[in-house]
Amino acid sequence: MNGSNAIDITSLLIASSLVLVTLFFSYWQKLKLEKETIISVIRSIIQLIAVGYVLEYVFGFKSPVFTTLLLIFMIFNAAYNAAKRGKAIKNGLTISFLSIAAGTVVTLAVLVFSKTIQYEPYQIIPVSGMIISNAMVALGLCYKQIASDFKNKREEVETKLSLGADILPSSIEIIRDSIKTGMLPTIDSAKTLGIVSLPGMMTGLILAGTSPMEAIKYQIMVTFMLLSTTSISSFIACYMSYRGFFNGRKQLILTK
Amino acid sequence: MSLLEFQNVSFDNEGKTILKNISVSIKQGDFISIVGPSGSGKSTFLKLCNNLISPAAGSIMYKGKNINEYNPTELRKSIAYCFQTPCLFGDMVIENIKFPFSIRNAKLDQNRASELFSLFHMSSDYLDKGVRNLSGGEKQRIALIRNLLFKPEALLLDEITSALDTDNTQIVENVIASLNKEGVTILWITHNREQSRKYANKLLTIETGEIKSLEVIK
Repeated sequence: MNGSNAIDITSLLIASSLVLVTLFFSYWQKLKLEKETIISVIRSIIQLIAVGYVLEYVFGFKSPVFTTLLLIFMIFNAAYNAAKRGKAIKNGLTISFLSIAAGTVVTLAVLVFSKTIQYEPYQIIPVSGMIISNAMVALGLCYKQIASDFKNKREEVETKLSLGADILPSSIEIIRDSIKTGMLPTIDSAKTLGIVSLPGMMTGLILAGTSPMEAIKYQIMVTFMLLSTTSISSFIACYMSYRGFFNGRKQLILTK
Repeated sequence: MSLLEFQNVSFDNEGKTILKNISVSIKQGDFISIVGPSGSGKSTFLKLCNNLISPAAGSIMYKGKNINEYNPTELRKSIAYCFQTPCLFGDMVIENIKFPFSIRNAKLDQNRASELFSLFHMSSDYLDKGVRNLSGGEKQRIALIRNLLFKPEALLLDEITSALDTDNTQIVENVIASLNKEGVTILWITHNREQSRKYANKLLTIETGEIKSLEVIK
């Protein structure tokens, strides 16, 4: 970025002495974290260098098809991780993929059509990364909540079923509760933006020399897109996954 | 024709046999008391009737047709099941009273609700009460009212008077007996020996998952 405070290698090397502080504390307090710390630092350096090269390469491609394929790859990975969090969810991978994809597509479409961002890898990939990872975390929370609610509110669900209610009215409170659980962290962090923390993207822009007034515009965009993706993904995931807790005879499946 | 008929029905849960080879025929208008020790499979028997669970083997017939041929939600509306521990949902009593109407896309029939509240010697003011402040007995009567807003063909009762005092037990017994006189089939699990013989025309004894006897007492 023009006028940015570019970091040279010497400065980075001097900054790396900060790691010695961690190592010192670990040694002094017998935390036995020296090995872990060194491994984590080396790993982070290697991973970031690799991702730097990959992004340089990827951003060189201007093909929308390539960008789309990369998006699908990112969504699949996020869906895989979210599904791992929700082992009790039937068809967790498919549900996660569809809900994250829907949230991402809608949000990106609005951003692209409003010309807030362009459908170019260097804009789409970082923005999607934020959206997708946020949706992934939200789905993990939704799944945990829905599974525990079906376990803890079994009597309530069975009472409603016994009265002749279909599976949706019998589960609606659980679905709402789970969607809320998925969305609340994003809503809460939006509430405290600028008061408790200056979020990563804004901090990055300011460090790179962007004026704070310009940086907040981006942050506002990020806040909007995270809210929209989380709500869309949580909504779709919960409405798709509750069915897996019932069988074809509209009976709650017995779980331990 | 039988209203409900069990044909060699068995039910397992997590590898444990709860009911084995149950065959019994329940006629329209029967009042059957179900007795037997705790854990003998009585509640499972009622849950099978309400189709909240399905048998592992055998078949259950309702009005001559296999229960699986019915839409489960419609079937459950005809065969009402009242749980041993009443579960009132939401915050207010009225939510529970509105529920049977909302699942039928109908508006709350205030007159029907008031009629039932007075049958159970309760004031309609209960509608505006919170469910958390109610006693066990009040909850059970409200759960019964919730089951009776639309008159079922059969009513399955799982030890519903165990949390009620003598007066309230009498009130509930009277309502159930009059429903039976109106043609509603009653299946009532009870541990009370006197209660089991007072109104019933048949006494079904279930022990260790099997039918020990079906005695015609009236």
